[in-house]
Amino acid sequence: MKFSEFISLKSIKVNMVSEGKTEAVAELVQGLVDAGSLDDSQKDGIIQAVMNREELGSTGIGRGVAVPHTKHSSVKEIVGTVGVSKGGIDFRSLDGDKVNLFFMLISPPDRPSDHLRALENIAKQLQNETFCSFLKQAKTVEDVVQLLSEADENHFGS
Amino acid sequence: MVPSEIRQTAVVASKNGLHARPAIQLAELAQRFASSIQIVKDDIAVDGKSVLQVMTLAAENGASLLVVAKGADAQDAASAIVGIIETEDSSAGAEAGASEAGASGA
Repeated sequence: MKFSEFISLKSIKVNMVSEGKTEAVAELVQGLVDAGSLDDSQKDGIIQAVMNREELGSTGIGRGVAVPHTKHSSVKEIVGTVGVSKGGIDFRSLDGDKVNLFFMLISPPDRPSDHLRALENIAKQLQNETFCSFLKQAKTVEDVVQLLSEADENHFGS
Repeated sequence: MVPSEIRQTAVVASKNGLHARPAIQLAELAQRFASSIQIVKDDIAVDGKSVLQVMTLAAENGASLLVVAKGADAQDAASAIVGIIETEDSSAGAEAGASEAGASGA
């Protein structure tokens, strides 16, 4: 599943201000609410659901990347966002490193295969060092949009 | 001692497939073994110790995976990895509970 099929471009954050884990999740969810991708009335429940998942084990998968996610019945199709933190956020990652790059996914409960396809694409693209490091260095939302678009066009190989 | 190679198949038991958390758990477990561990789905083989590579398999519930372990502790490694693939996702219940009513549909 290409980024263009699930990333809400208006919700992308390149200068995350959060320092803590819960704060970071809330900032990403707020971005999706502001972009109209999530219902404001569901915000607190979604943040809580993401944090409940994190308590079962961090989605900080190492190399400065985290993929916080949850299912939530308020969404009819999978929505995602990208967040970049210049200073890095302590996300209790597997390797202990701070997280600079977030891919958040909120999926409808009845579509597990879409969630897998989205994760597959994120994981595939992140294996490319160039894509990963350019994203972390992105200064504007347009930079991120451009990189996602190039990835969708297979500019980074696999 | 000549490193041995163990090949075992496993069927993904997690209701939601091998999504992020099971992939992380699998890779973390794989990293505890000295043996190299490959996970093969269809004709794609990935390093079982890499979370990202395991996630790229997008293995759904019921998918058949081949676990190939090579090294001194290959037997233990293969058994452990098969075990985790064939374990239902322990987080699925918590996730459904965190979602609203209707989240737990079959």
